[in-house]
Amino acid sequence: MYGLGILNGFMVTLKNFIRRPFTISYPEQRAPQHPRFRGEEFTWYEERCTGCASCAKFCPLGIIRIVTHPSQETPAEGDSYAIDVFDIDIGRCMFCGLCVEACPYDALFMGSGFEEAKYRRQDLVISVERLRTAEKRPSTWYRPQLEAQNYDPRRGEPMTWQGAGREPWPYHLPLRPTTEEMTTDREAKP
Amino acid sequence: MPMRSEPVTVNVGPQHPSTHGVFRLRITFDGEVILDAEPVFGYLHRGSEKLAEERTYTQVITLTDRLDYVASMTNNQAYVLACEKLAGVQPPERGMYLRVIAAELQRIASHLMATGFLLNDLGAFATPLMYCFRERERILDLFEMLCGARITLSYMRVGGVFQDAPEEFWPALRIFLGEMPHYIDEYERLLSENEILVTRTKGVSVLTVDQALNGSVTGPVLRATGFPWDLRKVDPYEVYGRVKFDVPLGRAGDNYDRFKIRIDEMRQSLRIVEQCVEQIEPGPVRADVPALVRPPVGDAYSRIEGPKGELGFYLVSDGSVAPYRFKIRSPSFINLTVLRDMLIGWKLADMIVTLGSIDINMGEVDR
Amino acid sequence: MAFLEGNALFRNLYCLLAGNSGNAQHCGRDGLLPAGWEWLAFALVGFAITFLLLSAFLLLTMFYTYLERRLLGRFQGRIGPNRAGPFGLLQPVADAIKLLTKESIVPQGADWLLYNLAPLMMVVVMFMVLAVIPFGKHTFIADLNVGVLFIIAVTSVNALAVFMAGIASGNRYALFGGMRAVAQLISYEVPMVLSIVGVLLLAGSLSLVEIVEAQVIPFFLLQPLGLFIFVVSASAEMNRPPFDQLEAESEIVAGYHTEYGGMKFGLFYLAEYAAVLTTSGVIATLFLDGWEGPLLPSHVWFLMKVFFLAFIFIWVRATLPRVRIDQTMAFAWKFLLPLGIINVFMTAAELLLFGHEEAGGQGIVLSTADLWLMSVVNFAVAVVGIGAFSRLVSLRTPALPVSAPKPSAAEVV
Repeated sequence: MYGLGILNGFMVTLKNFIRRPFTISYPEQRAPQHPRFRGEEFTWYEERCTGCASCAKFCPLGIIRIVTHPSQETPAEGDSYAIDVFDIDIGRCMFCGLCVEACPYDALFMGSGFEEAKYRRQDLVISVERLRTAEKRPSTWYRPQLEAQNYDPRRGEPMTWQGAGREPWPYHLPLRPTTEEMTTDREAKP
Repeated sequence: MPMRSEPVTVNVGPQHPSTHGVFRLRITFDGEVILDAEPVFGYLHRGSEKLAEERTYTQVITLTDRLDYVASMTNNQAYVLACEKLAGVQPPERGMYLRVIAAELQRIASHLMATGFLLNDLGAFATPLMYCFRERERILDLFEMLCGARITLSYMRVGGVFQDAPEEFWPALRIFLGEMPHYIDEYERLLSENEILVTRTKGVSVLTVDQALNGSVTGPVLRATGFPWDLRKVDPYEVYGRVKFDVPLGRAGDNYDRFKIRIDEMRQSLRIVEQCVEQIEPGPVRADVPALVRPPVGDAYSRIEGPKGELGFYLVSDGSVAPYRFKIRSPSFINLTVLRDMLIGWKLADMIVTLGSIDINMGEVDR
Repeated sequence: MAFLEGNALFRNLYCLLAGNSGNAQHCGRDGLLPAGWEWLAFALVGFAITFLLLSAFLLLTMFYTYLERRLLGRFQGRIGPNRAGPFGLLQPVADAIKLLTKESIVPQGADWLLYNLAPLMMVVVMFMVLAVIPFGKHTFIADLNVGVLFIIAVTSVNALAVFMAGIASGNRYALFGGMRAVAQLISYEVPMVLSIVGVLLLAGSLSLVEIVEAQVIPFFLLQPLGLFIFVVSASAEMNRPPFDQLEAESEIVAGYHTEYGGMKFGLFYLAEYAAVLTTSGVIATLFLDGWEGPLLPSHVWFLMKVFFLAFIFIWVRATLPRVRIDQTMAFAWKFLLPLGIINVFMTAAELLLFGHEEAGGQGIVLSTADLWLMSVVNFAVAVVGIGAFSRLVSLRTPALPVSAPKPSAAEVV
């Protein structure tokens, strides 16, 4: 009544007029990004990857394609399968992180960037070469061992595969089974 | 002198600035007065229910994110509750508290969006919308800390949440809880006493209790009519039985009540979050559930009080890793059924406001 | 021609061309043109000054569009346009280039002539108003003795322009906008004219220059109610929130200019923003003592007043929601019109009470003390009047009882 409510509204807008704007000018300034941010490019440690394709199976959209071949020259903790193709089509990816959650050997991490705009759809497919050579700044999403180190992917050094460590989840295998175990197990089953 | 006039039919939408997505209304006008209104939808149909039958129970969580895309958390919650009922899993305490905190924050975010867009539809040139988005951004920041995403969260899992909240989350949440009541006061000062808004919304598009119950309307739209029905009170799930909160009720069931009730609910949600932060204790957040959930043969229906109304998921399991049938009871869709009754006889300008006050989300209507 | 003699720029240019010959001007030297060509000198100088004024005004409007977006941004907690040029100052230029390079489309169902004529009409009207506004001491194109009447007459035309645009587009939203325009713009003319009557009674003249000179104390002190009614109805006339029914974007998409694109839309846009400046100019002249002010040059004072008023308009736009169309109409007829009549009566009665005939027959004159007393009385009347009417008048209307007819298939688009 009497227009007092309207005057109240004017006071609120005037107060906000004097306040600093809460938006920021994006390319120059950036909003703080939290370490768990599920970024666009993926971080992959070949040294850990066994080529089990759990990530491909868990992907709700089926956008991960993995081709392997048996090899004796596999690096570090990887299995005796070498990766030929590891395509992630981030053009269709929704960054739910289920692939990272599925990875039993902590080889795949979410990335931390979000500026992956490309001019062609083909360029959106992350190839194995790019995964190998990219700077490794993994997101701490679903990786409490990184969080325990207070790792922030936007600051500090890129993470090595030894530094990335293994997660302590109870339902993930604590250690990689040896090749002998794998073969005996396989033979034992009909 | 009576004037002769002819009714004219106008398609409002699917490309209209304020139909909240690709919603279409076929309206017959006499001048500015609405004679008949027919909602037409399906422009955003993505076949979520069918898609879910091809995915494992965990993968379906990503589909529920995209139903009501401004309230992913509550969608997640409703779905995982149905899964847990189906699989007979009891999530740990801390997981339930985290879920309730996340869901209540999401309710605030969703109501902020609803209020902002309602006021924007009233013509308050984006100012209240920007103010509401300012606080919504802070909630989304909290979500980013919590689960790494802002909109499509996928935070909850069958048997809890995927991961505990990080250390930095709790102080940030406390700061937010301290500041948010002032911002809610600011929205109220900005417009809720404003004479223009009051004249435009009081007594407009009244929905009676009978009409609401006949249309099985739920959520703030039902409570605005004065009918006390909140699933958090009526059928408490998770830890809602252990927190104190009021259920704000409207009186007239008009657009003003529907606007006001959302602001009051935001306050109550803050109360719930505060109590949860007090009560939460350390512990596991996720029950020992295998990555591939295989519930026994059977079916389960689970419902929660979503920001827009009763959100229910009906799941039928055939014992495999994917649901045999996946049915969504989406509140936006069912609340739309009373739209025609609310519109007839009112003006073109009221149509937009009424639509905004129901707070539909096309992702949920069309699924 | 006498009314132009005070303008130094005009006089100097005219003397340069016409010199001492002809009229009763004393330039003191010969002009470039031979005797008998004074009419050409007059026309050329007139063109030059009009061109200068229009260019300056267009630049000012461009700056104003930038200012409005920037300030709206700040009101909403945003930054506003800040990319094109330093602080985004070149944003209006970028917008203009973009609009100019767009294809000019005429929709199939449109009436070609009316469709193309409407934006032009809208802009021309806005520029015509400029002719009588005094921008500073001796700075005006024409000091018409019916200046106020001229402004009212000319601005009424834009109702026609908007209606033409709405009808000619062949779009139902545009039709809604056009119909609303006719109803709203014509209704608000009435309280607007009534609110000016108070000023005219006080000043005793229709000439804007004389109105400014008559302001012993600024008229907003003497006519608070008149100022309120004028600002409200002017914002309805120029389609500003909270009365932006004609293009209410959340209801009827863009109203009368839904189907316009490219520079035709640009002209509507220009006219809309130019209207804010011209209206602010008129308000400043009628109520805020025009160019008068201490210390600073008169032009600076005028611009400061104009931009202060423009700031108020932006502030209103940032704050208020839109009024529904029937409530807009009810507001004009039930609220503003009676208040306007009360204002006219009050002013006339006060003039009869306080005024006394000057010996020279110059009309009614009031002493300064009486003016201050009048100001106090009028403020009291304004507060009581607005309070009482907001109590008495209800703008709410119930739903119309309608029986819904089933539309035939042919009617459905």
